[in-house]
Amino acid sequence: MTMQPELQANPGPILETARNQVLEQGIGLSESQLLEILRLPDRDLPAALQLAHEVRLRHCGEDVEVEGIISIKTGGCPEDCHFCSQSGLFDSPVRGVWLDIPELVKAAKETAATGATEFCIVAAVRGPDIKLMNQIKFAIDRINEAVDINIACSLGMLTQRQVDQLASWGVHRYNHNLETARSYFPEVVTTHSYEERLDTCNMVKDAGMELCCGALIGMGESLEQRAELAAQLAALEPHEVPLNFLNPRPGTPLENQGIMDGKDALRAIAAFRLAMPRTVLRYAGGRELTLGDLGTKAGLMGGINAVIVGNYLTTLGRPADADLNLLVELNMPIKELQKTL
Amino acid sequence: MIPHRSPGSTGSTTGDAATATTAEFCGHCGEPSDVGAGPASDVHHRCGERLAMEPPRYCAACRRRMKVQVTPLGWTAECSRHGMLAP
Repeated sequence: MTMQPELQANPGPILETARNQVLEQGIGLSESQLLEILRLPDRDLPAALQLAHEVRLRHCGEDVEVEGIISIKTGGCPEDCHFCSQSGLFDSPVRGVWLDIPELVKAAKETAATGATEFCIVAAVRGPDIKLMNQIKFAIDRINEAVDINIACSLGMLTQRQVDQLASWGVHRYNHNLETARSYFPEVVTTHSYEERLDTCNMVKDAGMELCCGALIGMGESLEQRAELAAQLAALEPHEVPLNFLNPRPGTPLENQGIMDGKDALRAIAAFRLAMPRTVLRYAGGRELTLGDLGTKAGLMGGINAVIVGNYLTTLGRPADADLNLLVELNMPIKELQKTL
Repeated sequence: MIPHRSPGSTGSTTGDAATATTAEFCGHCGEPSDVGAGPASDVHHRCGERLAMEPPRYCAACRRRMKVQVTPLGWTAECSRHGMLAP
């Protein structure tokens, strides 16, 4: 598949509308407009990506934010998110394991050495218990003693007290994904509701932490539902949206779901940028399978302005050097720590 | 850089795993590495591709599920019987 077809001279009318509305006025596209982007023919894809890139440069700047993520508690999750190999309800080969704090600090140092400004600690849980919260507090203190890097957390659904604790401990950003559109959510998760996810997201924002709220596309949702998701994320106004592409995991209900088409993935990148002109839009899991090297470059030139460097929680990413060298090749500076504060 | 390995290879090991040089089982799917009509490299060709993108989950020597820890710049996989495996 060719990821970067020729730019057409006369792009479709929705792109003209988007140029005026999003680029010039900074107003994100509506759900129905986003659906038009997602339905663009292949010949208009380069123009859509170019516009998304212009929007990103105008409203976010040229910097790319680099983050590392790590699992402090892997596997054994009581929830049934159908895409996730860490659910204890599926016959997944992923075993439960806890990471000790010295290893966590070591990983934070290694991540910072790549130029990353964010280090996200993730636990596969419905929500944190007292034991996990105590470990997180201890981990935050040890990391802060050892290295300058913003600490983010992703610990599932929170109570108000837990939100307040994390904010008081200096957690910079909290991740809690919507994953998919409200209308498709019951097909993907049955052990908790969309509204419960929204509740945590809103509490995080109200407490003054930056909200990282992402999407996982390619789970069998329709284009309409993909547009719905982008619009629902835009309405939530997160600081960051990590964009994941399904990597079908053995033993999960979605293990036989095919890998989504690379051009559809690029259309989604453009659409999400045109929905949220000022949001940090981060490449997250699955891009290696869905987009490969050429598609990764196309996305960075099509609205993406952040990457997860190196590996993910249970799978491997591109080598860190490959992404960092690509940023150099594209003349995209890595966002510095002081600019994130 | 994570090396591309054959499905059952044990890679760099410590402890007792150093003695487990025979790849009896596929590190990705856990099935015997020599099932099917073709040689192991054909039977588990897709597994080999996946192992370039994820750590092994099964011990190549005994098929036990391993404790795998992925970090931003590395990973380890530990079999309770055969020790630690790393890239």
